[in-house]
Amino acid sequence: MGQPSVVIVGAGQGGFQVAASLRDEGFGGRIVMVGEEPPHPYQRPPLSKTYLIGKTSADALLLRPRDYFAAQDIELRCGERVAFIDRAHQKIGVASGLEIAYDHLVLATGARPRTLDVPGETQDGVLSLRTLADADRLRAQLRGVQDIVVVGAGFIGLEFAAIARQFGARVHIIEIADRPMARAVSAETAHFFCSAHQAQGTQFSFATHLTNIIAGAGRVAGVETGDGRQLRADLIVVGAGATPNTELASAAGLAVLNGVVVDENLLTEDPAISAIGDCANFPSSVDGRRQRLESVQNAVDQARCVAARLAGFAARFDKTPWFWSDQGDHRLQIAGITAGYDTSIVRGDILTGRFSVFCFRRGTLLGVESVNRPADHMAGRKLLTHKLPLTHEQAADGAFDISSYAAGRMH
Amino acid sequence: MPKITFIHANGAQETVEVEAGNNVMQGAIAHRVRGILAECGGAAMCATCHVYVDEPFAARFPRITDAEDAMLDSTVCERKATSRLSCQLVIGSEHDGLVVTLPAQQI
Repeated sequence: MGQPSVVIVGAGQGGFQVAASLRDEGFGGRIVMVGEEPPHPYQRPPLSKTYLIGKTSADALLLRPRDYFAAQDIELRCGERVAFIDRAHQKIGVASGLEIAYDHLVLATGARPRTLDVPGETQDGVLSLRTLADADRLRAQLRGVQDIVVVGAGFIGLEFAAIARQFGARVHIIEIADRPMARAVSAETAHFFCSAHQAQGTQFSFATHLTNIIAGAGRVAGVETGDGRQLRADLIVVGAGATPNTELASAAGLAVLNGVVVDENLLTEDPAISAIGDCANFPSSVDGRRQRLESVQNAVDQARCVAARLAGFAARFDKTPWFWSDQGDHRLQIAGITAGYDTSIVRGDILTGRFSVFCFRRGTLLGVESVNRPADHMAGRKLLTHKLPLTHEQAADGAFDISSYAAGRMH
Repeated sequence: MPKITFIHANGAQETVEVEAGNNVMQGAIAHRVRGILAECGGAAMCATCHVYVDEPFAARFPRITDAEDAMLDSTVCERKATSRLSCQLVIGSEHDGLVVTLPAQQI
């Protein structure tokens, strides 16, 4: 029998990392990666940050130079859509008609921006921000617009709002929750960022939603909100979360529940199929609860985990999640998942814009949100990774050296 | 274009040309220099592009920011006085001939 073939569906950060890590691990079999987007695999985080303002070129977004894939003997098929998975015969079908056999299939299909389902959504001037093509469209329209409505005060919406203010546009964010990043961060962190964006001139409407998009001359003119207001808008940016791309898995009969259901090894119920990244629903190594995470770190670490398993080094997935978001002059870094906290303890000073919020549930550290305090962030990652206990008192004691403690230099 | 020499942990060397304005990490990735992972894409978030900058070049780069400093405290291989994240080292003509040594591991 020859070397096994690994087929990867999706050529984003996760799919790319599976291929790269397989080769790094010495995997000698066939690797095929099929991606729906035309460009070579690229990084998404700068799209809502430096790329939008022109500080990063499209070539600088590439995860590897174009000749990397041939040199590593990775068959890259960009701009092709996978039409079906035939589990019985262990092959996939590409929309062009080509069929590709696999010994192992990795689903790294990602997620797509949630749509609003309101009248007028398909008009010119309503954009989302996930792909390079989205960012190029947005970049082309940013100059010259005066009134921007952002739907959703999550990471993407806020990062975009900070950039848009630099272009001088008026920015109004509509958010269904009562504060920004409501699902991702503590009240303290949310309020800090709310104030920071307001100080830059961004306006917020919380606890309401978009009910209608008003048409102008060939382009949007405004919006109506659930609390009965009309706002002018010549550009609407939708950052209302993402939906996992699970249709292929569903059609193939795999379990799907807010993502493709996988076990602690990132395997689906079919031992020949794994799923990783934004599209995968996996059990938390902390409490076993099922979760789906949308982040670079999660995609990369899960890709590595699967690549190691396929190369013969089995390991369950137990990496500590971390996230970052650059909003204007402020960098937010999150270690762990803080949702569901019952106690929050602030280190540093919120007023100076350099602080961390340590979030606990029943006395156990869930995660750390750091604003312009990178050392706390790294300490948080270490504490969570090594499951070092931290008490409320230690977190609250400004004289307690958390960095040294987390590094194991103190007992 | 400025030339940069990467010395691998096993002693092997490779020299590449990097366009001024790019950083050392981008130069390594573009030329498929192994041993630099850069999984955050150059945001000083992951500490997987750690290098040791050989004298006398260490002093020819801007000083370490708080963000980079915190990351450098978390590198897998030992942090030394000459440790930097290569994504923070933007190359100019004054860096022609730069030599950096790669740590044995990044993760």
